[in-house]
Amino acid sequence: MPVKFEVNGKPVEVDVEPRLTLADCLRHHLRLTGTHVGCEHGVCGACTVLVDGAAVRSCLMLAVQAEGAKVTTVEGLSRDEGLTPLQASFRKHHALQCGFCTPGMITTAHALLSEEPDCDADRVREVLSGNICRCTGYVSIVEAVLDARAAYKGDRKGA
Amino acid sequence: MRTVNSFVGQPIERLEDLRLVRGRGQYVDDLARKGMLYAAVLRSSVSHGRVRSIDTSAAKALPGVHAIITAADIAAASGNKIPVVPMRLQPMPEFAPFAQPVMARDKVRYVGEALAMVLADTAGIAEDALGAIDIDIEPLPAVWNWKLASENETLLFEDAGTNVTMKFRAALGDAAAAFRGAPYTRREHFSTQRHTALPMEPRGVLAEWDAAQGRLTVWGAAKVLFANRRILAKQMGIAEAAIDMVENDVGGGFGARGEFYPEDFLIPFAARHCGRPVKWTEDRREHLMTVNHAREAACEVEIACERDGTILGLRGHAFVDMGAYMRTNGAIGARNIPQFMSGPYRIPNIDIDTTLLLTNKTPVGTYRGPGRFETDFFRERLFDMVARDLGIDQVEFRRRNLVREAEMPYTLATIAPFEAKDELDSGDYQVTLDRCLAEIGWVEKITKLQGKLIDGRYHGLSVACFIEGGAAGPKETARLVLESDGTLTVYMGSSGVGQGLETAFAQIAADAMEMPMDRINNVFHGSTAYVSDGYGAYHSRSIVMGGSAVVDAATKLREMMRAEAARRLNCGATEVVLADGRATAPGGKSVSWGELAPEPISVEGAFLNHKHTWAYGAHAAHISVDPKTGHVALHDYVAVENCGRMINPLMLKGQLVGAVVQGLGGAFLEHLIYDDHGQLLTGSLADYMVPTASDFPIIRGYVMESHPSPLNPLGAKGAGEGGIISVGGIISNAIANSLSSLGVEPRDLPLSPPRLWQLIQDARNK
Repeated sequence: MPVKFEVNGKPVEVDVEPRLTLADCLRHHLRLTGTHVGCEHGVCGACTVLVDGAAVRSCLMLAVQAEGAKVTTVEGLSRDEGLTPLQASFRKHHALQCGFCTPGMITTAHALLSEEPDCDADRVREVLSGNICRCTGYVSIVEAVLDARAAYKGDRKGA
Repeated sequence: MRTVNSFVGQPIERLEDLRLVRGRGQYVDDLARKGMLYAAVLRSSVSHGRVRSIDTSAAKALPGVHAIITAADIAAASGNKIPVVPMRLQPMPEFAPFAQPVMARDKVRYVGEALAMVLADTAGIAEDALGAIDIDIEPLPAVWNWKLASENETLLFEDAGTNVTMKFRAALGDAAAAFRGAPYTRREHFSTQRHTALPMEPRGVLAEWDAAQGRLTVWGAAKVLFANRRILAKQMGIAEAAIDMVENDVGGGFGARGEFYPEDFLIPFAARHCGRPVKWTEDRREHLMTVNHAREAACEVEIACERDGTILGLRGHAFVDMGAYMRTNGAIGARNIPQFMSGPYRIPNIDIDTTLLLTNKTPVGTYRGPGRFETDFFRERLFDMVARDLGIDQVEFRRRNLVREAEMPYTLATIAPFEAKDELDSGDYQVTLDRCLAEIGWVEKITKLQGKLIDGRYHGLSVACFIEGGAAGPKETARLVLESDGTLTVYMGSSGVGQGLETAFAQIAADAMEMPMDRINNVFHGSTAYVSDGYGAYHSRSIVMGGSAVVDAATKLREMMRAEAARRLNCGATEVVLADGRATAPGGKSVSWGELAPEPISVEGAFLNHKHTWAYGAHAAHISVDPKTGHVALHDYVAVENCGRMINPLMLKGQLVGAVVQGLGGAFLEHLIYDDHGQLLTGSLADYMVPTASDFPIIRGYVMESHPSPLNPLGAKGAGEGGIISVGGIISNAIANSLSSLGVEPRDLPLSPPRLWQLIQDARNK
């Protein structure tokens, strides 16, 4: 069935089976493969995208449920030239190794910092506890998110 | 500006991050080919049984289903034989009867074993069709644990007459004599639970057959691409040179990903069978029931000591649950348990055997620190019990028995039947222990906290020492290309699983070539097209083996550049100075590096090695236990490792900390549980628990470099597994120390809250 929504600021219209997840729609129909699928049952968080600004597991949401929504993926939080402050902080703190969980970490952290730029380490850990990373042990990821807070204060919104 | 030796050792931000943090990595499931079909695999829901019939007619009739492949189709194309997955490491003839067929034909031996494969226009249709396949399996009794297996009443392989595939024995000195008349002995039993590496990226394979050229391309290969190509070529009856194995970005390996699995044959076979590209991506449930499991081992071990704590001998028996088949590297954990039970300690007399037993469970393979996590838990747990018996301080007991620097190289126990010898190469184990104790504040904390009940929680600390083997031979290959613009391109036989090879090899190449890193275009690794032969990523070998191959190639390339410059500048080759992107003759005349290579200059280098490097170190932790719930809080964890020479501190510390947290998963949480029918009960991430960001906030890693390895030009020692090796021993000993007033002695992992609560109840009711 046809569904219309906005992805990374651009309107899209796709014809999908009702059972297609938003994750598979983004990855395989719209070829936005930055959103990763690690478990397909809402535990690992690799598929996290922003739907109308909120962090959502795109493996637990159907594409048809996105009708009329504004969806942002890791590609929409990236620039062609250089890295955003959050991405640069991930790189500086070595907050990734294999990179598979990273898009979900970036989208989740972006949603958190956009809402709560003054969050503390416990809050960062609480929010990120829904995203599994098997490489880093999380210490560097928490440091990276804390270090990126400054970029979200005032009007800067992580830009 | 000279750039000699300025990159190795620096915390260089990773090159691969630029794509990975922007979602521009390319993992195998991100790929699509024109006309591609999707595969789904029908897996046995019965752990042990005879296949009576498979009826695929209804499934085949579904719209969108292109083909269904069963064992009969594979046999028809393979001389009425089902190809098997051979052993990659330790391919002893004794193991051959227990190799896994790529698809079950007459018998299934574990839940998850492949029975049929559907090829359809979409992944959804393929999965739908699985449900329409009618399959009849006559169930047989399930051999669901190794003790049952040892009784040999029900056999997985009737023709073999036994469920025991092999017995290894580690021997040194004369253990029987050491135990005769020893003033102190203690006998104990311990066990570790089945768990798995769990890389975050599910496995996937994409294969395309070019019928006109007779060529096969396989994407999604990882870890050991050349070895896997050898296996696949043989199975498919085509030349190795007709197969390109392509390495994409890989979402974590930890030993499990990249070994040859049945799907690594099935998908290429399907692509040839259908004449269309075929892609398969497993889901997490499939992953948990098919990827190599690990770590399920038990031991009965006995130690003999002098009254002053000097260890005289160690003997005993280990038992390893292998699952249903002997897979590519399945024997490694089992052989490591006896050989490395002595760890970094001087134990002059050793006699430990290990029995490999088949059960109706998923087959095992390596997981980071294979056998070492298990055996270090056994040993360190035993040591604390012994120290307490003898009234010796736990640190002092270890200090007294650590191998001394003057004893290097130190010979370890020899493993039979293949007589594998090994020796510790270099190091001062006391120094890493001292550093670890200082970092955690041992002296002050044990006085204040050890065994104390504070605000309702019992506090405890522990310390342990470890060795980490690395740099498995025999060889690695690197190819350097000086491009016509004077830049360098690096091609490697090493393979990437997310550990940051591109950055590390760029650092090493830049130093070896004496050039800036930004003049290196790219580091290509893994794929079979890049170098003549490659050996891949296992046994902490990439830096030592691949890095040393880069150094060799750079030496050769610089010689060729000098020779070419000498010809052009009319001077002796040894007189040419290669610096700052120019080749300069004694008189000052020079040419640029690019001018030396009107056609790119390509040279291959290699590093051969038959001796292992031995990184080493110590771990310590401070925990507290809530006796009402069995919950353990981790207050501090320190891991110190000496790796000889560090290439990139960001990356090495990252691996150290990450490995500790994986080990904490194994110590507390992760458990693949089977029922007595051989059904896997933990088939999702809601049941199979791994550490999350809120579980273990404080993990500290420290790297030391005082003793470069004498065995390679970098002086490096393989590292990356050291963080996981000690964790089981550390946590169990810290818990025992915290609860010493109750007499709690953990002997089995994992120490989940219910289990620890039960131990506390049992101790109180004694």
